[in-house]
Amino acid sequence: MSLFVEWLVILLLLLGAFFLMVGSIGLAKLPDFYTRLHAPTKASTLGIGAVLIASTLFFSVTQDGISVKELVITLFLFITAPITAHMMGKAAMHKEKKAIDRTRNLHLQEPARNRQPPKAPETTE
Amino acid sequence: MKRLLPFPYLSLLLLIVWLLMNNSASPGHILLGLIFALLIPLGTSSMRKNQPTLKKPLSAAKYLLMLMGDIIVSNVEVAIQVLGPVRKISPGFIAVPLDITQDLPITLLASSISLTPGTVSIEVSEDKQWLYVHVLNLVDETKTIANIKQRYESPLKEIFGC
Repeated sequence: MSLFVEWLVILLLLLGAFFLMVGSIGLAKLPDFYTRLHAPTKASTLGIGAVLIASTLFFSVTQDGISVKELVITLFLFITAPITAHMMGKAAMHKEKKAIDRTRNLHLQEPARNRQPPKAPETTE
Repeated sequence: MKRLLPFPYLSLLLLIVWLLMNNSASPGHILLGLIFALLIPLGTSSMRKNQPTLKKPLSAAKYLLMLMGDIIVSNVEVAIQVLGPVRKISPGFIAVPLDITQDLPITLLASSISLTPGTVSIEVSEDKQWLYVHVLNLVDETKTIANIKQRYESPLKEIFGC
């Protein structure tokens, strides 16, 4: 394995690790359920993406032929990640999870829960 | 041909995924993959609803590339917001009016919104006219809505020709 590829793999792994860590920090730090929903679901896309590219590179260079099964992982991840986020958000909405007070447009929670079109907001912003 | 291969794209996708999962393109696996690609769509066709077909595959590829770029850019943005002080983050809900009406484009739009960091689609109204989105840092509501509509919805509309 050439030095260049080695460095590239290291860089990608570090980048992936960084974004996954940011996701975990967000999970611990953000104030309410809805904001916490953002961190882990999102970190997975770029964080795991970078790790998978590193894996593709590493195994393509060290083994015979190019390694492409990481592409399938990416595909499945990109299909399932938004759906889990959506379902968790939906469940939180129905459990009437409190959003922090400074959340804007809190009046939208009510019609969203009932799957109704939004009513006209009381105050125009 | 139409009866034997009701969903050519699905068959192609199944074959590709089969080969990728086995990490090989040997004749044996191609044959096995072809058999699956033919049989699975036939067996599951009764479960499928009629969905709009891809009108412009090329714009779809362009859309995917754009989405990748957006994911990277907004990932960095969200990382900065998360690492910065929490007090600065002002989350909010927005309701995005939808122009697209069919299930598949709406699903793709909602998934695109959820995939790009900073926004999660929470719920669709029953009449499929509104998409509720939670935004991590809502600065300008009308701008965010316009951005979603122009960046994601109009290409999807074009791709599915509806």
